[in-house]
Amino acid sequence: MANVHEFDVVVVGGGGAGLMAAMNASKTARTAVISKLYPVRSHTGAAQGGIGAALGNIEEDNPDWHTFDTVKGSDYLGDQDAIEFMCREAVDAVYDLEHMGLPFTRNPDGRIAQRPFGGHTNNVTGKPVRRSCYAADRTGHMILQTLYQQCIKNNILFYDEFQVMDVLIVDGKAAGVVAVELATGELHVFHSKAVIIATGGHGRIWEITSNAYAYTGDGCAVVARRGIPLEDMEFFQFHPTGIFKLGILITEAVRGEGGILFNAKGERFMEKYAPRIKDLASRDVISRSMYLETRAGNDVNKQRFFYLDVTPEIVNKYAEIDGRTRPDGTPYRVTAEEIMSKIPDIADFCLTYLGVDPTRQPIPVQPTAHYAMGGIPTNKFGQVVIDEQNTVLPGLYAAGEVACVSVHGANRLGTNSLVDLVVFGKHSGLHAAEYALGADMPSLPDDPTGFMREQIDRLRAASGSENVATLARELKVEMFDNVGVFRTQAGLEQAVVKVQELRERFKQVKVTDTGKVFNMEMMQAWELGNMLDLALITAQSALARTESRGAHARDDYPARDDANWLKHTLAWMNGDEISLGYKPVVITQYAPKERTY
Amino acid sequence: MQIKLRVFRFDPERDQKPRFDTFMMDVDPNDRVLDLLEYVKADFDSTLALRRSCAHGVCGSDAMRVNGRNYLACKVLVKNLGTDQITVEPILGLKVIKDLIVDMKPFFDHYRSVLPYLINDDPLPADGKERLQSPEQQLRFEDTTKCILCAACTTSCPSFWSDANYVGPAAIVNAHRFIFDSRDKAGGKRLNILNEQFGVWRCRTAFNCTEACPRDIHITQAIAEVKRAVNTGRIE
Repeated sequence: MANVHEFDVVVVGGGGAGLMAAMNASKTARTAVISKLYPVRSHTGAAQGGIGAALGNIEEDNPDWHTFDTVKGSDYLGDQDAIEFMCREAVDAVYDLEHMGLPFTRNPDGRIAQRPFGGHTNNVTGKPVRRSCYAADRTGHMILQTLYQQCIKNNILFYDEFQVMDVLIVDGKAAGVVAVELATGELHVFHSKAVIIATGGHGRIWEITSNAYAYTGDGCAVVARRGIPLEDMEFFQFHPTGIFKLGILITEAVRGEGGILFNAKGERFMEKYAPRIKDLASRDVISRSMYLETRAGNDVNKQRFFYLDVTPEIVNKYAEIDGRTRPDGTPYRVTAEEIMSKIPDIADFCLTYLGVDPTRQPIPVQPTAHYAMGGIPTNKFGQVVIDEQNTVLPGLYAAGEVACVSVHGANRLGTNSLVDLVVFGKHSGLHAAEYALGADMPSLPDDPTGFMREQIDRLRAASGSENVATLARELKVEMFDNVGVFRTQAGLEQAVVKVQELRERFKQVKVTDTGKVFNMEMMQAWELGNMLDLALITAQSALARTESRGAHARDDYPARDDANWLKHTLAWMNGDEISLGYKPVVITQYAPKERTY
Repeated sequence: MQIKLRVFRFDPERDQKPRFDTFMMDVDPNDRVLDLLEYVKADFDSTLALRRSCAHGVCGSDAMRVNGRNYLACKVLVKNLGTDQITVEPILGLKVIKDLIVDMKPFFDHYRSVLPYLINDDPLPADGKERLQSPEQQLRFEDTTKCILCAACTTSCPSFWSDANYVGPAAIVNAHRFIFDSRDKAGGKRLNILNEQFGVWRCRTAFNCTEACPRDIHITQAIAEVKRAVNTGRIE
């Protein structure tokens, strides 16, 4: 029989959103964090360039400009009420992090340093604005460490290396989660009034990815199996500057510090596609430009990559051409040492994996799967909403990358992932605790571990002929080729067929390890099942959307179509069938208009 | 290139004692050791158990002993090892649970023992904004903020091998990060903790930790600064 634990609030996932939620919920409610990783291993720690907030520490800025930039960046698919809320809250969120001890890089006056980032602008001049608050190029690491430190200080209870495999819903309300303890194979029921899902994204379903092995979409898959729809899954961000072949992220901050993108002819090709802010255009715009350059035969060595050059000669040359200045008005000029001090980890990655010193040589880059704009639908309090009318499922919350509020719409701006997880992590924690204090403990279902045991037993008995690694490899290639930066009807149809075939073959999967202790093989097989489900939902949502918007770019429907498609996709999974519905976008101040950079 | 990979194996549910499995494989010199272990799982033996996540040296999951030295498996390439014979073992000094997975609890307990969080009960700035800190003050402790708690340092330390009660270099690094932060007020408390029997004086300056650190933190220097502060009672 399973071990049963009782809490007011359980948080699933120990990254930035989960830790923020736990810290805030635990102020008033009995709270536990359940994570398949040690929290400090979470992918928040890989975020590099900064967290956006209109502090105005260096130049004029305000949350309204941040709001508009985010709306525009989202290609008008973001819900504007939630975006306004997030951008206003961002300022205090950054101060809160500083008060918790986050070691931000500082200006000479002792205030938090800020730098330019893609799509963040002064709304009057249209020029890039310094809004990204940063700690060198390891801002995510510092956020994760700082939040974990504060959780220790506040005695937060952790269940580390527990894989949550099911969420319990009784009489239409959340009632807890069921997990396996990886070290022992034992099952645990976490009986609770509220559940906050904060498990991150699912970028491992693509071949070239910046995402951690852990990013297999567990949270989305678990709730989808319980009949909850997933929102806007066709919108997945491809970051333009991943290290060639490896996909490891090279932060946009490299361009914020003056780095320039070049094609095989040595042209600064972003001039053609974003004449005003060029290399600091939104990520979807740059990834798409790279695709178009590739199609025109301008990729380097015909290998679909480009050069990102942050050597001082190039930075200074183009800073002069662009008339870029320092905050005090003097011309922007840099030395190799200065660049190193701003992007030390990037330099380390380049040296380790490429043997390239970025202060002397350009970095070969290509688009890499990076961030899920879509996910579990929520409102701005983190409450999960389950239909076209935004009906709340009481007690169930989601926050961070796993959630779709939606503040990122069709394309997320750089630095807004960290804003999202801090702001909505906090508010989901506060709201869940408040809800739990006013709610009775729901009853458990008769056999709380039944559905989970069914999944485990199937994998434990899996003696088929299909290899997990082979299926995963085929999935990733298919998704990268046909559900990637550019999409077509034929490619998407092919992807749906292929993923369905892989899901069929997955039923014949082979798991050799029959043990209980750290049966990582079985866990990886289960994760593959999650990835297959999310791949199918992604491909079908993309196939249905016959327009191009943000990260969803279709060759056959190149224009945005607000008349028919200014709406969010909802996708329900019923066994092998995906059904789609739609709900309106919330528009407050900013009517959709053409998006140019 | 062709390599011979030897991997430490132990399954507590089946094995009385550990063994090494050997795999001959064709690899790219630019492959990470982590890639090799993934090839083992994909093509040779899917039961191999290890921890890994980010695969580029920032999450700290996959600290291992490779050819007798601690690395992150995702941050050491085949060509860095200068040989076609590669042996992978779990980090030393922590109990092996299965294959390359060790019990991390004692490591995190040591980390927690040094109060690894900002302590400052002074009122916040009245305007609600940030506490001020000059770039120089921030640089004073920046190096030790890079720690990812991978345990490569602590499990390379001969003093820790001989007595697991020693808090170890990682815990001292994390104490240093707060002791020298101008915003923190509990440096003295941490120095007292580290002045105790299993504190900083167990360090015999072997330098293994500094060599093992995948984040290039100057660990031995940080420990020396903490020792000096304990001795002088001054944090500077």
